[in-house]
Amino acid sequence: MTQSILSHRRHFLTRSGQAVLSGTAIALLAGGVHAENVIRDGAGKALRVGSDAAAGDVSILNVALGLEHEAINAYQLGAGSGLLQKGVLEVAVLFQSHHKAHRDALIATIEKMGGRPVQERTLAEYAAALKADTLKSQGDVLALAMRLEQGASNAYLGVIPAFKTSALGQVAARLAADEVMHYTALAGALGRALPSGALSFGA
Amino acid sequence: MCALLSSPAEEAVSAGVADRGKAAYEARCGACHSIDEDRVGPRHAGVAGRRAGSVPGYAYSDALKRSRVVWTEATLSRWLESPESVIPGQRMGYRVGDAEIRADIVAYLLTLP
Repeated sequence: MTQSILSHRRHFLTRSGQAVLSGTAIALLAGGVHAENVIRDGAGKALRVGSDAAAGDVSILNVALGLEHEAINAYQLGAGSGLLQKGVLEVAVLFQSHHKAHRDALIATIEKMGGRPVQERTLAEYAAALKADTLKSQGDVLALAMRLEQGASNAYLGVIPAFKTSALGQVAARLAADEVMHYTALAGALGRALPSGALSFGA
Repeated sequence: MCALLSSPAEEAVSAGVADRGKAAYEARCGACHSIDEDRVGPRHAGVAGRRAGSVPGYAYSDALKRSRVVWTEATLSRWLESPESVIPGQRMGYRVGDAEIRADIVAYLLTLP
């Protein structure tokens, strides 16, 4: 059953894999963020780049970037674990490529706003933080990935009200949509029930 | 001792809150935080009664390091509702808008040894 679900997901994801963000798409994602026309306060008044408001937005984006660094490394640990079957490995690598595109988009946005992107840590540091040594089966790897994707979905939705730059809310929502897609596919692969109620994300 | 302070029914309710809180914590906080490991955010073990910005080895913002906030039920709830209003200049943009979910998470955090 699980294999069948995964196979179906993989078929869909393989066909949609070409939708991974290109360099152009990344530029478009970050493209709405211009100091002169988007950094605005609640009343629509333009804020100066380098102001506390813009710095706050950059801080939030850097936390998001930290999440993406961790997700990329989590999938790397899964891919290198030897625990994943071929088809599952392909999906994991696809999801990792999404996170790499997110990372690149966030770095471009942070730099465009005059900030300094947070640096990736070592794979060993991520392995320790995520307790990679406890992963003993494909199910363990997928469960970790599902938990991280669910957390990331909520994280992106949860920061939207904090942005002073309106365009960043849409960026976060688009990133959240990808994470929910990953979460849903992983839940299906694991045979886990999806949330029964509506509006279960971002509350 | 605990039995002297609360009825079995109250304990069952408390356990239910903690279970909901654990699930809410994993779903809402788990992207950045762990109980006993520093990740994007600092670890949460022993957070109750701890001064903000005081986990050894974690790279806090200056605002957190300067803060004199101590984590209690009240301060954790306010923090999750609006971090910036509790400690201006901090880096956590995430908010838990739902009061019930927030209460469950705080209840769980307060149980962490």
